[in-house]
Formats: sequence, C-alpha cells, structure tokens
Amino acid sequence: MTSLATQTRDTTFLCAEGVSHVYPDGVQAIADVSLSLAPGSFTALVGPSGVGKSTLLRILGGLLKPSSGAVSLRSSPPHLSPDPVGIVFQRDNLMPWRTAYDNVCLPLEVQGVRAPERVQSLLELVGLDGFAHSYPSQLSGGMAQRVALARALVHRPELLLLDEPFGALDALTRERMGQELMRIWHAMPVTVFMVTHSITEAVRLADEVLVMTGYPGRITEHVVVNLPRPRELSLEATTAFQKLVMDIRAAIEEAGV
Amino acid sequence: MLLLALWQVLTVVGGYDRFILPGPLDVWEQFSIVATDGRLLRHSLVTISEVIPGLLIGFLVATPLGYLLARSPLAERLLSPYLIASQAIPVIAIAPLLTIWVRSTYWSRVLVAVLVVFFPILINVIAGLRSVPSELYELMQSLRATRWQIFRQLEAPAAMPILLAGLKVGATLSVIGALVGEFVQPKSQGLGFLLVTARYQFKTDLVFVVLLTLSAIALSMYGLVALAERWLLRWKRAT
Ligand SMILES: Nc1ncnc2c1ncn2[C@@H]1O[C@H](COP(=O)(O)OP(=O)(O)O)[C@@H](O)[C@H]1O
Ligand SMILES: [Mg+2]
Repeated sequence: MTSLATQTRDTTFLCAEGVSHVYPDGVQAIADVSLSLAPGSFTALVGPSGVGKSTLLRILGGLLKPSSGAVSLRSSPPHLSPDPVGIVFQRDNLMPWRTAYDNVCLPLEVQGVRAPERVQSLLELVGLDGFAHSYPSQLSGGMAQRVALARALVHRPELLLLDEPFGALDALTRERMGQELMRIWHAMPVTVFMVTHSITEAVRLADEVLVMTGYPGRITEHVVVNLPRPRELSLEATTAFQKLVMDIRAAIEEAGV
Repeated sequence: MLLLALWQVLTVVGGYDRFILPGPLDVWEQFSIVATDGRLLRHSLVTISEVIPGLLIGFLVATPLGYLLARSPLAERLLSPYLIASQAIPVIAIAPLLTIWVRSTYWSRVLVAVLVVFFPILINVIAGLRSVPSELYELMQSLRATRWQIFRQLEAPAAMPILLAGLKVGATLSVIGALVGEFVQPKSQGLGFLLVTARYQFKTDLVFVVLLTLSAIALSMYGLVALAERWLLRWKRAT
C-alpha cells in the first residue's frame, strides 16, 4: 500500500482526489474532480463558460480551499505550506504604477529575494528587454501579457497556472503567444496547467487535454495528445491534429451544451 | 483683469454705496491697510493653524477607519448606519455643541474642520480599496504575501489615486470647516472673527478682503495636495 503511494508520487507532480467545491452562496461549481499532473507536463483544460474551470485552477493553486477532496503536491503535504505558484489571468493585471521591470520584480520582493539578473533574463526570454522601463499603459496587450508571464515565472515556481491567458488578445497575437509559451516552457522546468476556450490552442500546446462539462463541472474526458514536439503551426493541417480537435469538440457537445 | 474692470465700472455706474458693493479699488485700499498693520497676516495664520491640523487629523482618522470598513464586512455592518446618519446632521448644527464639550477654543475649531473633511476622505478611502482588482489580491495570495505586504505593495498604491482625489476635496473643505468653527467660537482670533467684526462694522470692503484671503488659502491647500499628487502619481504621466 505504502509502496504504491510512493510510486505514484514519483511520477506525479500534483494530484487532486475527489475535489468538489460549493461556494458560500450555495452554488456548486465542481463535483468530484480527480486528476494528476506529471512533473514538467503541460495540461490544458477546456470546457464551456461557467462549468468551474477557474474554480478548479484556483483550488490547484491553493488560492481556494475545496469543500471536499484533497490536493497534494509532490514535495509538500496537502496544503500545509504550499510553495508559491505562478499565475496568469486573462487580463494582464499588471500594476500600473510599476514599470515592466518592477512588475516582474514583485514576486521576488514579496519573497525578499534580490536577483536583478533573473528579472533581466526573463524579460529577454519574453522578448521585452527593450521595454524594461515602460509602464503598462505604454505596452500593447500582447506585450503586457508577456510581462505578466515573466512575472509568473521569475520566482521559479514549480507550477504555472494560466487562466485563459490569451483570451483577450487578437487571433494572430494569440497564436504567436502560444508559440512563445512553448519556447519558454521548454526552457524552464515548470509544470503547466492552462485553462483555455480554444480547442485548437489546447491541442497545439498540451500533452494532455482535460474536458470539463456539466453543472456542476466534472472532468468527462482525458485526451492524450501524442503529437511530436516541437510543434509548428503547420501541424494544424494534419489529420492527426484535426481528429483530436474533433474528438474533443464531440466530447463537449455530447454533454449537451 | 476684465472681470475686475467690469466690477469697478458696475460700482461706479450703479452708484452703490461702499458698504453694499465696494469696488475693487476700495477693496484694494482696505487690503493695503490690513496687510500693512499686520492684522490680515495674524488672523490668517490663526486660521491656517486650524486648517492644517484639521485636515491632517481628519485624514489620519478617516484612513484607518476606511480601511477597516472596506476590509471587514462586520465593521461595515456595525458602523456604517451611524456614519451615514451622522452625515444627515449639518456640521453647523453640531458645531455649537462642540464648543460646549471642548473647552479649548482652538481645539473646538480644529474639531469642526476634522468633522467636515472626515467623510469625503473616508468615502474615497473605501472607494479606492474597492477598486483593487480581486485578481491582484489572488496574485499576492499566490505569492504567499503577508498582510503587510499586501497593504504596502498592492492596496496602498492602488487606492492612492482615489484617496488623493478625496484629499483634494478635503483640503478645500477644511478651510470651510475652520471658518464654521470660528463663526460659532469667534473669540478675538482668526479670519472668521475678522469677517464677523467687519460685518458688524459695515466694513463690506473688509468682508471682501477676508473672503478673497479665504479662497487664496483654500486654493493653496488644494495646490499643496495637487503637488503631492503629481509626485505620488508620477507614473500616470508616462505615455
Ligand atoms: N466567488 C464566487 N462566489 C460564488 N460563485 C462563484 C464564484 N466564482 C464562481 N462562481 C460560480 O461558480 C461557477 C463556476 O465558475 P468558474 O469557475 O468561474 O467557471 P469558468 O471558469 O469555467 O467559466 C459559476 O456558476 C459561477 O457563477
Ligand atoms: Mg473562468
């Protein structure tokens, strides 16, 4: 029994078991969700609006205590003192009174760490080293979201949570950001959990796509994406890619939404 | 200038008596008198010495209370009915009571100024804190920030623009507050006292001098806060 538990721990970075959540106003957002994320993997969660995707993401990040069930991270006991996570929302949520550089610094300041070289190299990684001293109001939507991504990674979290991170961007910028995210993920040892509305985006980026449907939301489908990496944009034209997209769309529509 | 000329013409053409509508030249003359004999400065300094502590104390009381009300639903439920009810009573009506309760002439005037500036600042502190996006709170939480860090790095700077707007309103109101305090307690000092005396003596030109001085003080107070704002919100000027 013990050995089995240890074994799963080695191949699992994060594990959620039977997680349900009811908000104080009585709305049940999610019901009996179980999932596990392999270390360094990229998982996407798709599903219609209001099924509870953001709720699940908040629970995984330790921002919300589930009403029942448990979430455990490899290194620490369940939510005893969870490590800081990286998080990016749909809106960039940069602090308008800080420059791009100072926004990226925030997590380090909170932790009392001084590491200017880390901030600099992350700004370079997202291609914004020339904009270090610009204020958010001076950046385009795509640039601001890249600063937010750098901010989410600067303190070297093991878990990166993305809640529809490119949802507010135009289609072209969105595609480019997806490619950037791939590049960054390859460059850093981080486990990614991303909520997205776009099925093609999910298939293009993720190792595994989870489908959430119903009210309250449940995970009704796990789709493993066995497409080779690095994935170019031309991959979308292949039948393997399109079949995966259709399967996932069917899984969502089957639920009657 | 045009306005001044118009004013002068009006008084001359209309032939009004000096104590009904004095012309700018009369006012200027009176100004020279009280400015040179030191009366204007003395009374102004008294009023200013009430205005500044009034604004500061009002700010120092309203800010933590606003923070408490914005962050604690319980405090909000317990206190806000009283606060709102208290606003239904005009300060001018409570002011005489205050002079009975607070024996010191000076502090009773300061207290009236405090009461006048308190509410607009309180409202703006609450509005400022409510304007902080919940996702930024979650971001700080995801970094396991302490309460103090959340205050220092998120709430204080995020609420600052709206707080400063409230402080600007408070700055001008503080002059009105001190003046009301001086009206109910017109003991030998302050621009309010000068105003009351001038009216009794039918020195309407002196009344004008006092009114202009009061607006100059109010404008300077406003300007002082605006200056602080310029510096504190310098990030807003980046384009
Ligand atoms: N803070 C909250 N309080 C009460 N109900 C909430 C709260 N946040 C979300 N909900 C409700 O929970 C359900 C799931 O919301 P959410 O997780 O945001 O869905 P999604 O991200 O998939 O759109 C919705 O019905 C929503 O109205
Ligand atoms: Mg959502």
